[in-house]
Amino acid sequence: MTTYDEERLGELLRLLPPAPPGWVEAAQELPRARADLDALIALAERDAAFRQALVDDLEDALRVAGVEPRPVVVEHLRRRFVA
Amino acid sequence: MAETMAATPTDAELVAGCRKGDPEAWNALVERFSRYVSAIATQAFRLAPHDAEDVFQTVFMRAYERLGSLRSDDAIRPWVGQLTRNCCLDLLRASGRIVPTEELEEQAADDVISRLDDAMMVRDGLSRLGPECQEILDRFFARDESYRTIGDALDIPAGTIASRISRCLGHLRAEVER
Repeated sequence: MTTYDEERLGELLRLLPPAPPGWVEAAQELPRARADLDALIALAERDAAFRQALVDDLEDALRVAGVEPRPVVVEHLRRRFVA
Repeated sequence: MAETMAATPTDAELVAGCRKGDPEAWNALVERFSRYVSAIATQAFRLAPHDAEDVFQTVFMRAYERLGSLRSDDAIRPWVGQLTRNCCLDLLRASGRIVPTEELEEQAADDVISRLDDAMMVRDGLSRLGPECQEILDRFFARDESYRTIGDALDIPAGTIASRISRCLGHLRAEVER
């Protein structure tokens, strides 16, 4: 059986400091972001004007569509429709 | 103070909750693996903060999208570890910072990941201790807080922190060696 003295336990506990809170919160919002993303992709695929608006100014197009431009959403749409 | 507490949800229970669309289960799953993913990116692959953040978000996005393909709900930890490892390697290769033949670099990263796996096992034991031990050990070791800061935050005399840490480490040792 592996033994864990106090020194080893302390070293192992030190290896896992908290991730930055902003990273954690953004990841926890992913399900909502995913839902936004699915709706936006569907809209862009059937509406050429919206697709063009995404290309022209992606973040502004999202705001006009009533969607908060979360980084993960912006990045995904940029890769799909702009880049 | 309770020295141990009722079990927190298992990994498998969290995964099952996520599959049912339970937002609290997802929040808890992200919280549980956030340190692990972050540590793999920053310690095993030494990514800069902005690259580590990209990897972090990509890993959780992929985890969310692919949770259905997980063969065993208990296997979430190695699965998340592998996802993170692959995302880090993809990023480094795409940026030209490593080439696929650099096996020594990957071996070094895998050695760090192995230690992080051990650290996750210890954190698992920590989660079964009472709340005061969890707080004290996490603040002192993982958050690198001073006795005074811990004492102020938990409203306990700073002079008793060292003995509490020692006692809590004893409980933790018993828990992980069980």
